[in-house]
Amino acid sequence: MISLLRTIALTFMHIFKKPVTIQYPEEKIVLHPRWRGRIVLTRDPDMAERCVGCYLCAAACPVDCISLQATQDEDGRRYPEFFRINFSRCIFCGYCEEACPTYAIQLIPDFEMAEYNRQNLVYEKEDLLIDSQGKYPGYNYYRVAGVDAGVKGKGEGVNEEKPIDVHSLLP
Amino acid sequence: MEVGFYITAGVTIISTLLVITRHNPVHALLYLIISLLSLAIIFFLLGAPFAALLEVIIYAGAIMVLFIFVVMLLNLGQQTAQQEKAWLKGKVWIGPAILSTILFGQLFYLLPVAQMQAEMPAVDAKVVAISLFKHYVIGVEMAAMLLMAGVVGAAHIGQHKKVVLHRFLREGEEQL
Amino acid sequence: MNIVLQYILLIVIMLFTLTTVAAWLIWLERRMLAVWQDRYGPNRAGPFGLLIVAADTIKLLFKEDWIPPFADKSIFVIAPAIVAGAVLMSFVVVPFAPGILIADLDIGLLFFLAMSSLGVYSIVLGGWASNNKYSLLGALRGASQMISYEVFMGLSLMGVVMITGSFRLTDIVLAQQDYWFILTQPVAFVIFMIAGIAETHRLPFDIPEAESELVAGFHSEYSGMKFGMFFIGEYLGITLISAMVVTIFFGGWLGPGFLPPLVWFTGKTFIFILFFILLRASLPRPRYDQLMEFGWKILLPLALVNLLITGGIVLLMNS
Repeated sequence: MISLLRTIALTFMHIFKKPVTIQYPEEKIVLHPRWRGRIVLTRDPDMAERCVGCYLCAAACPVDCISLQATQDEDGRRYPEFFRINFSRCIFCGYCEEACPTYAIQLIPDFEMAEYNRQNLVYEKEDLLIDSQGKYPGYNYYRVAGVDAGVKGKGEGVNEEKPIDVHSLLP
Repeated sequence: MEVGFYITAGVTIISTLLVITRHNPVHALLYLIISLLSLAIIFFLLGAPFAALLEVIIYAGAIMVLFIFVVMLLNLGQQTAQQEKAWLKGKVWIGPAILSTILFGQLFYLLPVAQMQAEMPAVDAKVVAISLFKHYVIGVEMAAMLLMAGVVGAAHIGQHKKVVLHRFLREGEEQL
Repeated sequence: MNIVLQYILLIVIMLFTLTTVAAWLIWLERRMLAVWQDRYGPNRAGPFGLLIVAADTIKLLFKEDWIPPFADKSIFVIAPAIVAGAVLMSFVVVPFAPGILIADLDIGLLFFLAMSSLGVYSIVLGGWASNNKYSLLGALRGASQMISYEVFMGLSLMGVVMITGSFRLTDIVLAQQDYWFILTQPVAFVIFMIAGIAETHRLPFDIPEAESELVAGFHSEYSGMKFGMFFIGEYLGITLISAMVVTIFFGGWLGPGFLPPLVWFTGKTFIFILFFILLRASLPRPRYDQLMEFGWKILLPLALVNLLITGGIVLLMNS
């Protein structure tokens, strides 16, 4: 009996509390920087594509929503010929981001990607590629990699030793 | 007033006849409710508003609900339903609807008039109470005893001794 | 002829006002529930979301008005009309203000009880005609709950009738000129309030429709405007019970003279409607057997004792 009255009184006192609702379209929610939302392909500081087409993201994807085809330019630099993510299947788990060795694929805090037409949810490379370095500014894979792909010669990296001449016997 | 009485009496008779002729028990009960309501209107016309409303509250409001309750629980089954469907063609509900509309119209007409007519001595709650507890006090007492017996009987039948035992213990209980 | 025309005008105005109020109550309830749960509630359609009522009505009207093939069609159609009709008939005797009432019957209180007892039929018949297990269970629960609580409802009011010596609601209001009956009949007020909630099957006691156990109880099979009628009937029921509580226990239209009587009446009624919504926001639903046990084992003796004591005191005062 007393507890019932107390319940009623407590509920009544909520009339003086502020609503916790966020009025979404007018009032945006504050998302954390590592929030897993829309998937993008980033560029390195020279504004070239970071993706090297290693297929690790497609392999890691639990719902198989990523498909790509790797190819090479005349310098020997690998890049994806096409890169397609089907967002109607994507579950935003972030495994692709973890698998990526070059920080190319990243999930950014943006979720406003609803569409009326299901086909519009299939994003091509042009839709995915952004003119930004994303969460890892200053990182350029080909600057630290041991291959020559037009960015730097072999052995010219910062902490990189010269390549060994396999035809010489000298140490 | 007399015209009103004849209309109501006609409605009562027709609906009561329909109670008998309906095959579906619930439809028959609906007509019985309308018959009771029109009886209440007759009481009202005769200057006994208290009796009229008691008729509505007790008969139409409580007892008939229990009747329908029982019919609902009987669960007449698919076969009887098929049979009834074969018997009952057409819009059955038009009947009660029209009859109760007539009653409603009458009530609508009576409500303002009821206050104006004063020549007929109204049998109100006080008169009913005095006659019940003065002239018919023995009858009331007898009815009270009868009802008491009914209540005690119902309580006795409804009582069941609760044995709360775990199912493992129950076997041991039988052996003891 | 003039007086008849006046009555018809009054009735039309009353019907229009009551149905409109019942419709806005849906908005009010959703808004207030939201406030008590730290939300906003409907606030998109129109100012403060007021037009959600229009949106709801249009939605209900354009829904498929489906009668299940296994239902008893005639009774299925009648049932929703009964609840709204019975509740609207009860408003005939409610004295809103001096002059603003349709019929000042000398048995007004009994008329209210009679009409509320007829309201049971909509639940019983609707549930039975749906020909569905859950509907039937809801109908059974509704019938037994409403019949039981009618008893206490009537008994709790008899104390007030003893003090006033009349069933006429105007007399009851005028008898409260010195003090409201809530002061002398607090027990009766509590019993009437609880019985009123059970009678309108509002949320703490919404056992006939308990959506977590029976899909939607007696109106599981209803759609479109037929469902809307049940809905309107429920909100009209809230308004009616609130108006009756105000009339019987809180002095009706009486109040300090700086406001017109009608404003006092509607204001008090509004507070009780809000209380109904507050109950919905705060209390959990009891089990069915708990409800019946509470009614017959606690409320009935309490009402009878209250009646006995009131009768004794009235006799003492008169002799």
